[in-house]
Amino acid sequence: MTEERRPIPLKRLPRTGAVRPLALLAPALIVVLVLFGGGLILGLPQSLGYLPAAGMSKISLKHFQRVLFDPDFFSSLGLTLYVAGVSTLIAAALSLLAAMALVESPRWLLFIFQIPLTVPHLVIAIAMAFLLAPSGMVARLFQNLGWISGPGDFPLLINDPFCIGILLTYVWKEIPFMTLMILSALKNSGMEMLDVGRTLNAGPWQRFRYILLPILLPSLGAAGLIVFAYTFGAFEVPYLLGQTYPMSLPVWAYRNYSDVDLAARPEGIAIGIVIAVGVTGCIIASQRLARGQKRRGTVF
Amino acid sequence: MVMVALPFVPLLLWAFSDRWFFPALAPQSWGLRAWIYLFRTAPDQILVVTLQSLWVAAATACIAVAVGLPAGRALGIYVFKGKDLLSIVLMLPVVVPSLCVAMGLHLWFIRLGLAESFLGVVLIHLTFCVPYSVFVMWGVFSNYNVEFEDQARSLGATGVQTVVRVMIPMTLPGIVVAGLFSFLLSWTQYLTTLIIGGGKIITLPILLFALMASGDRPVAAAVSLLFVLPAFFTLFFSARYLGRKGLVGVW
Repeated sequence: MTEERRPIPLKRLPRTGAVRPLALLAPALIVVLVLFGGGLILGLPQSLGYLPAAGMSKISLKHFQRVLFDPDFFSSLGLTLYVAGVSTLIAAALSLLAAMALVESPRWLLFIFQIPLTVPHLVIAIAMAFLLAPSGMVARLFQNLGWISGPGDFPLLINDPFCIGILLTYVWKEIPFMTLMILSALKNSGMEMLDVGRTLNAGPWQRFRYILLPILLPSLGAAGLIVFAYTFGAFEVPYLLGQTYPMSLPVWAYRNYSDVDLAARPEGIAIGIVIAVGVTGCIIASQRLARGQKRRGTVF
Repeated sequence: MVMVALPFVPLLLWAFSDRWFFPALAPQSWGLRAWIYLFRTAPDQILVVTLQSLWVAAATACIAVAVGLPAGRALGIYVFKGKDLLSIVLMLPVVVPSLCVAMGLHLWFIRLGLAESFLGVVLIHLTFCVPYSVFVMWGVFSNYNVEFEDQARSLGATGVQTVVRVMIPMTLPGIVVAGLFSFLLSWTQYLTTLIIGGGKIITLPILLFALMASGDRPVAAAVSLLFVLPAFFTLFFSARYLGRKGLVGVW
């Protein structure tokens, strides 16, 4: 296993000119620059209304204007921020607890805990629908316990205004990711520091507040920003479990984009660009945090 | 543990139920109706869709590894000017939603004849699978000791021999994990496949959304179980060969 193989003495990375590494990086750079960069850059003229195929060739900011001044934009933005923010905060709080509980746990328990990492969001969203729908399993349980007298009595938990189903799906997926991110920080230095704290007579709250939190906060913050950025731009879960109004920004973008009226297409792309800018901002912040942490490379 | 297992309970129950009306807690009658429907009544559909998903994901994974391996080697082994900037550029597509990229590329793919084609879908999946593969291989090569290659060379091995006999065997677990991650990412894509594939390239997630809309819960649950299989396979393999750290990348 790679982890056992690691103690090969820290070798110095050979310093070379940029030619050889650039040649090795070229294929990956071509894919990213041409396809990814190209997609973003080609989207821009379209969002400015340059769509000759649809008889539109006047460039203007009116689609951005129409999007940004649309009252729906703010309800969509608010909803998206709410879902991304609340799910990230809940997951972060629970991850702190989980990391402390798992720090000395056996390997098999850690393995079980990792299952959500690879399970697709879509599968969990479907499972949540089966669990939480008015005729879902939780409602059936309540009915059998005599707490409700029919599916109509059961509170709306999917396609609902508070996005409970969406939040639960994200929290389920995010906790293991965030926990594993902070677990390595905890194992590297946290445990020894806690012992030091204990010998210095620090109480449990003091140990948490002055030892654990400062050690874990950088990796927790970085993980949180990644998760926040992802949920901000994710489509499938709100598409399946969200209400029809207001929609999350990505769903709204796609609705506009796939509208039978081709005139709505530039607006869809304009929303997409707004999302991309917001998410990129998040990730730059995350990189700053990670750099303060002095760990190798990116934080993914 | 209960929390981890909970979402799978309704999937398993629904997939093996024939009749299950409210408010019963367990199906009134168990059975294989959903599976019989999938493999007997509509075998063409499920077979074609599963194979389509497999081919798209496999092709994407192969290209992503072939491109990611040299890039990971460059980032893991060398220090050079502009490395920080290049690594940020390479990692950006992991975070910027693929929705934005797919919408921008769509029109141009139509012009180039790539829309509604297998190749077009693979290309859009590559935009985010390549960065993942680069990232995994970067990690692998930062634990890799180049001196073994020098030793092979000093014993007279040619460049190709060094790659085939030294580098690839030493990094094989990482290569497989990078491939599995890319496979899984492509396998689970819904929106980008829908936009670029335009309803012509139908993969499992697209079928799943259609099934959820039609409200056939047993069949949707059965397809979900089929859909989740590669995820478990990836988890087992990477937990075995990469340890805990490598797994974080796939989230």
